[in-house]
Amino acid sequence: MWIYEKKLQYPVRVSTCNPMLARFLIEQYGGADGELSAALRYLNQRYSIPDEVIGLLTDIGTEEFAHLEMIATMVYKLTKDATPDQMKAAGLGDHYVNHDNALFYHNASGVPWTASYIQAKGDPIADLYEDIAAEEKARATYQWIIDMSDDPDLNDGLRFLREREVVHSQRFREAVEILKEERDKKKYF
Amino acid sequence: MKEFTQRKFYRPYVSPFDPCPPIRVKSYETPPELYLGFQPPGLPQYKPHQALFCGTLWPVLFSPYEKSYTRGDET
Repeated sequence: MWIYEKKLQYPVRVSTCNPMLARFLIEQYGGADGELSAALRYLNQRYSIPDEVIGLLTDIGTEEFAHLEMIATMVYKLTKDATPDQMKAAGLGDHYVNHDNALFYHNASGVPWTASYIQAKGDPIADLYEDIAAEEKARATYQWIIDMSDDPDLNDGLRFLREREVVHSQRFREAVEILKEERDKKKYF
Repeated sequence: MKEFTQRKFYRPYVSPFDPCPPIRVKSYETPPELYLGFQPPGLPQYKPHQALFCGTLWPVLFSPYEKSYTRGDET
């Protein structure tokens, strides 16, 4: 089970009304390498991985939901007061006709989230390597969003999220090292 | 230093309320490319004919995969 704290992991500030940015940010909400994919991937893989790695997947998967909430807050702030005309001008006209100003799990191109973005292979090495790759791809996505954004307050939050991808990747790499060690070896004879 | 293996074993948590008979020991594969790093030159090689059978020229990269029912308790 989870305990919810009604606050964000890191403060989200948005300084300019810029619905166009929301369109780019939604990639990290419902995109293949986004926070939803990450959270669901890790929390699902943990059942079939050696016990010493389960806690790591639980912790990181939980933190990804905290990141998802930050992205949602950013997107919401950027669009909540946008008029239909502003939405259309920002390239969000097709989003508006389907969702009004609601958030939805799709990527920057409007493709809805799908479970085929994530995998649970059952092989611990294969799963952890997917997790490392996912963190690096998410880090890269944050870089490209920051490149496209001219909102310093928003970028502050995005830089925090990018740093967390770096740390998570490191922890997954350490998990691989743990699994590589020769311990608890099957005793034959 | 324990001997190198390409298969590791672990004892998963077993609940007293598990419905199925528990598998007390499970295994996973740790193939050799996890350990080699950038392959150094001049490693020992198989004879060409043997290399064709093995799928690699180098014994250090050969990863035999045994039948999966030897992965857990049964061995």
